[in-house]
Amino acid sequence: MSLRTELGVADPDDFYARLIELHEGLTTEQSHKVNAKVILMLANHVGDTDVLYEVLDYVEKDLGSDV
Amino acid sequence: MAKYGDIGKARQTSRQARRIYDFVKPPEIDSGAITHFPVVIAGGGPIGLASAIDLARYGIRSVVLEKYNTVSDGSRAICWAKRTLEILDRIGTSGRMMEKGVVWNQGWVYFGEETEPVYKFDLLPDKEQKFPAFINLQQFYAEEYLIDLFPQYPQTGIRWQNELTDVVNDTDKVIVTVNTPAGEYRLSCDYLIAADGHRSPAREALGLDFIGRVFEDNFLIADVRMKADFPAIRRFWFDPPFNPGQTSLIHKQADDVWRIDFQMGWDIDREEVMKEENIDAKIRAFLGSDLEFEYEWVSLYTFKCCRMEKFVHGRTIFAGDSAHLVSPFGARGANGGLQDVDNLAWKLHLVLTGAAPPHLINSYDDERILGAEENVMNSSRSTDFMTPKSEVSLAFRNATLELAKDFEFARRFVNPGRLSTPSVLDGSPLNTPDEDEFSDRQRPGAPCLDAPVYINGADAWFLNQLGSRFVGIYFSGDGSAPAELDAVGSGQIPVDTLIVTEAGNGGKHILDKNGLLHRHYDARPGTYYLVRPDQHVAGRWRKFNRVKVTNALARATGLAG
Ligand SMILES: Cc1cc2nc3c(=O)[nH]c(=O)nc-3n(C[C@H](O)[C@H](O)[C@H](O)COP(=O)(O)OP(=O)(O)OC[C@H]3O[C@@H](n4cnc5c(N)ncnc54)[C@H](O)[C@@H]3O)c2cc1C
Repeated sequence: MSLRTELGVADPDDFYARLIELHEGLTTEQSHKVNAKVILMLANHVGDTDVLYEVLDYVEKDLGSDV
Repeated sequence: MAKYGDIGKARQTSRQARRIYDFVKPPEIDSGAITHFPVVIAGGGPIGLASAIDLARYGIRSVVLEKYNTVSDGSRAICWAKRTLEILDRIGTSGRMMEKGVVWNQGWVYFGEETEPVYKFDLLPDKEQKFPAFINLQQFYAEEYLIDLFPQYPQTGIRWQNELTDVVNDTDKVIVTVNTPAGEYRLSCDYLIAADGHRSPAREALGLDFIGRVFEDNFLIADVRMKADFPAIRRFWFDPPFNPGQTSLIHKQADDVWRIDFQMGWDIDREEVMKEENIDAKIRAFLGSDLEFEYEWVSLYTFKCCRMEKFVHGRTIFAGDSAHLVSPFGARGANGGLQDVDNLAWKLHLVLTGAAPPHLINSYDDERILGAEENVMNSSRSTDFMTPKSEVSLAFRNATLELAKDFEFARRFVNPGRLSTPSVLDGSPLNTPDEDEFSDRQRPGAPCLDAPVYINGADAWFLNQLGSRFVGIYFSGDGSAPAELDAVGSGQIPVDTLIVTEAGNGGKHILDKNGLLHRHYDARPGTYYLVRPDQHVAGRWRKFNRVKVTNALARATGLAG
């Protein structure tokens, strides 16, 4: 597995609060777009397709176990 | 009448008897005299009581005015943090707190139907400490233990059923008006500590208010008495089947009493919720139908997170809930308030004895506003995670919880309450910033970490050697020390020198038994720490230098900035 799963963000509470703040006052539609932009930018930053597909595979599989 | 009827709607079916204290007619009512005290303390909650004892230990005279004739009722503080126990160790009630309290270090977090926790956390990363991460004990016990200390201190006393009704905050003194069952009278003082709780009549009398008020959800808080073999762990649920879409918590207290919280959501019918059959049904759904229990106390609360803009207003100083209010999920209320006491008492002592200038008190504002901000921020963030305020916030929250099952990083994002930690007084004007290379941990402003030591042939704890006065800690390889060490400090502000050694039998020196002090304090032979009466670091150096230490002492006492 090349995906890093231990904590990498210096202050998770700070980051989480900032993330939620970002969505304050947005419509659901706006929030979806904001999230999409965040994902695309981070994906581009990560670059490594092994890592990116690992994430997508995990989420896809996880979705399967939900239903 | 419930003492805190105004914050929680209380239903009481059985309860432990609280002690009742007698009203004694104050002499001023007949004499008409305005007695002067160096310090008057409004409010006999944990913060007012601890302030009086701490001041008395410094030899400062005070009187506590308490509106009621008893200790805390209702469901209030249960979690007392390690730093609080260290402060109470200096003040004198930690032994009884430990004897009666339930020790715990761990929190477990559950999500949905899963019966296994998604996440477990340990709150005591540093082992080998005198005190555990937390104990749980009903607030009224903590108050009773403080009250029991009063007879030992002729410098202070409690006046029960003495209600502060007015404050005149002059530049040279404060005059307070006090109402009692036998009539009204006045007292004067150099400083008024307003520890009169979240509603603070003193705050109102001065026309002051809280800022940044954030309201939290409705919580049903039940203290039930039962024989149960649940672990003494803080167990917290997100979206459990017995309280869908909400959170819940169960935590053990003394006397087989358990604290159970149910988050209720915003739109509730308060009358309906408080009906006995509805409370019963909630608790039964959680505990199962076969457990026998009795109610100790049940309240419905809404919580607020906010603070005053400034805590020092001339000669009136706010401490505890009167100054800052938080939701209880970080256990930061009383724990934060006791850090106020720890911070304030030594400063008042130095100012009232003329050893330090009055503006030293202003540093209480700098340092404790920092602490209060930290507490308000952490408590608000926890409640945001528990009560997501929008659809997308809920999606992030639930995504975090789901990821937490598989990934370490996500567990660190889960926020079921960030429990009280001692605040590091970064940026305080009393700190002397490092000029030598040191690790961060015990930087200026940090509270000293405990460690097992060996002194005069006996085991002891490091923190018990510090506190209540300035101390210089000299780390010596072989037990030798420069003679100049004793030349810092003055008659009015003495500095006690402690010598820490790494090896040998210590003698009267402090032997660092397991090397913990050297590690945590990043110490080498020659390292010197100057520590304040509240056990926070004032400054540190690789090599003792009399002038530098003297300057740091002046800075830490407001004599030089
Ligand atoms: C459900 C709940 C759970 C909590 N859990 C925790 C926890 O686990 N850990 C924690 O640290 N904190 C907790 N807290 C917070 C904690 O209870 C408070 O922070 C703490 O009581 C504050 O102490 P205090 O002395 O400042 O104020 P109070 O305890 O409110 O005391 C103020 C005193 O002033 C008196 N008074 C009021 N007006 C006057 C007047 N005019 N004249 C004279 N006296 C007056 C009152 O009668 C009272 O005795 C919790 C609170 C709640 C509600």
